[in-house]
Amino acid sequence: MTFVLTEEQNMLKEAAQDFMSEQLSLTHFRKQRNAGANGKDPESWGAMAEMGWYGVLVPEEFGGSEFGYVGMGQVLEAQGRTLASSPLLQTAMVGVSALVLGGTDAQKSTVLPKVAEGKITTALAVDEHAHHAPSNVVMTAEAAGGGYTLTGKKVFVPNGHFADLFIIAARTSGSAGDTDGITLFMVPRETDGLTISELSTLDYHGAANLELNGVVVPAADVLGEVGGGFALLDAVLDRGRIGAAAELLGLSVAAFEMTHEYLQTRKQFGQLIGSFQSLQHRAAIMFSEIEQTRSCVAGALAALDEGRDDVAQMASLAKAKASHLAHLVTNETIQMHGGIGMTDEHDAGFFIKRARVVEAMFGGEGFHKERFASLLGF
Amino acid sequence: MADGMDPTLDQFRAETRAWLEENCPASMRTPQVEDETVWGGRKEEFKNPDSKLWLERMAAKGWTAPTWPKAYGGGGLTKEENLILQQELKRIKARPALNSFGLWMLGPVLLEYANEEQKQKFLPDIVNGKIRWCQGYSEPGAGSDLAGLQTKCEDKGDHWLVNGQKVWTSYADQADWIFCLVRTDTSKKHEGISFLLFDMESEGVEARPIKLISGSSPFCETFFNDVKVPKDHLVGRLNGGWEIAKRLLQYERSNISATGFGADRAGTPPLYERAKEYVGTDASGKLLDPDLRMRLADLAMDDKAFKLTVARMAEQSKAGEEVGHTASIVKYAAAKLNQKKTEMTVETLGYQGLGWEGEGFTDLELASNKAMLRAKANSIEGGTSEVNLNVIAKRVLGLKEHKG
Repeated sequence: MTFVLTEEQNMLKEAAQDFMSEQLSLTHFRKQRNAGANGKDPESWGAMAEMGWYGVLVPEEFGGSEFGYVGMGQVLEAQGRTLASSPLLQTAMVGVSALVLGGTDAQKSTVLPKVAEGKITTALAVDEHAHHAPSNVVMTAEAAGGGYTLTGKKVFVPNGHFADLFIIAARTSGSAGDTDGITLFMVPRETDGLTISELSTLDYHGAANLELNGVVVPAADVLGEVGGGFALLDAVLDRGRIGAAAELLGLSVAAFEMTHEYLQTRKQFGQLIGSFQSLQHRAAIMFSEIEQTRSCVAGALAALDEGRDDVAQMASLAKAKASHLAHLVTNETIQMHGGIGMTDEHDAGFFIKRARVVEAMFGGEGFHKERFASLLGF
Repeated sequence: MADGMDPTLDQFRAETRAWLEENCPASMRTPQVEDETVWGGRKEEFKNPDSKLWLERMAAKGWTAPTWPKAYGGGGLTKEENLILQQELKRIKARPALNSFGLWMLGPVLLEYANEEQKQKFLPDIVNGKIRWCQGYSEPGAGSDLAGLQTKCEDKGDHWLVNGQKVWTSYADQADWIFCLVRTDTSKKHEGISFLLFDMESEGVEARPIKLISGSSPFCETFFNDVKVPKDHLVGRLNGGWEIAKRLLQYERSNISATGFGADRAGTPPLYERAKEYVGTDASGKLLDPDLRMRLADLAMDDKAFKLTVARMAEQSKAGEEVGHTASIVKYAAAKLNQKKTEMTVETLGYQGLGWEGEGFTDLELASNKAMLRAKANSIEGGTSEVNLNVIAKRVLGLKEHKG
């Protein structure tokens, strides 16, 4: 178990925190929101590419630094602190993992160098209904002319409104709910039969619904095994879950710090509201939850780097705990700020809005408790 | 632990493993039975004779206190060697050779604050389990506000004279000696407290067990009536006992964190496994009660999160990082977790968890509701959860005291 950061990991963490607070601050986020950017911020993303962050998980032979998941987690936590919208989680963690875990050498050398340079972004399209349910794939992929024809829909695809390359889960056999029969496909944005509807979302990050109507995919763009893609998909999702947990941790810590600050400045009844025991105890409870969630997120990131066999368990633990934490802290943030926390002018609202989206992403607390029970065999 | 890098540690592991194989009796590798727990002291009966042998062998090596200096009977092991010893003990599922407040709480502060003579006098008998200690802290009027204690200690020239009452003194009726907070100056609060050691067989000491809702009597009311204590039994500075008292509480709380209140009884499967028998499963192996299933998952997650936090602290502390902030939450979290765990155990066992004594229930089933009731004290003893939250809010989060 590795809970102590190396010197290099610490440097990355500090660099990420500096970058986020300077270039992707909450003030910047508010400006983007006011301009109706819907989460698209290519200028900042270019600067992130220069920092080398898209290549943190990319093997060196494909142009990355292969720095590892613990390092990536530090960047994502820093990003969570300022609610920044970027392709880091969906592309640099999820997309890269899909290629690294399931891609052929040809696929890796085509895609990964471009990702590492920040030239293309990816989006993973899995869910088709209102809740995360990765085996509940209905979208069909029929073998035709040496390739496949995809028909069906995907909903609420994170980064789907701008991604250059989609990784899509479709069914080559079986029926909804079966884990067998799922296959992953790579589909470029500009493909005949693919309709993308941009969504305006609660967190101002945006997303997209996809409609695939006879989209033709050559066999060379199948990612992983035909019909046996669920294990790969679940492993990729686990990376997304752990990355999302790191973001939620950062988000929660930042919301807590903002609230902590307010408790020490706001006065009522002639004293600081932070001197009231009812608020002190709730602040202490939040702190306790943050500390324990940090252990889970750090443990999950380490499990990935160490290639341990309990990654799935750790992913569900980290995502459930982080979702729970973010829910608690963002609610308390508004309550402890009182009326000012209800105004659009204050940042409290940004935190609760982003939290609710990431809580649901890749499965919420309930999904992961259920999965944790199944993984433990009860 | 990559001790494969260090040949000395590899050798230590091999030797330790061989020694344990030879010296740990077979019955000491079976799950702990409650009334065979060894606490040592003059009144120890060693219900299982193997436990006496096991204690003597471990104590002879100093391995009941592995990291204490050899000069005081300890094992003189480094942190790394102790880690290996603990791993090897765990590997063979060895029962603890000795449970002792002397080992967990008193010994560490004696090493830090006692004079040489006191160390020589008291530490070896803690290591070998000859003397069992109890903790004289709380009083009827000084619970959460511990520094309000009133037990009077007067300087009578050639001895101290102690008068007063303690309460919630764990196992005072079983203990041989007491480490006791006494008031040596009535004009000051915190700066009027001293740390005193004396024999429970001294004239004027009386311990009366208090029967608890769990049916057991682990705590006593302890009365001191003109108890004479030799002058050299005061540890540290006169009126300097509060610092020692707080340091000892840190050891008490970190001992709680190391074992957790909910230290799972060795050999007992996790609750979700036991639940299968009591609740039943469907064809796919899922528990038939879907609500209980989710709450057991929640409990398993809390348990894992707590263990990861303790592991994280240990690792960071070893690397020289400051972990005080994390440590502050451990006692609070441990109490909450154990209460949840013991409550859910009773709930999961259903009717089988509701027997008090006698036929119709297994020992483990009978123990479940006692453990649940006992756990209610987890959020009271060693600082209530409310006091713990106050401490986190004020010392860690820096929130100000309420005025008037």
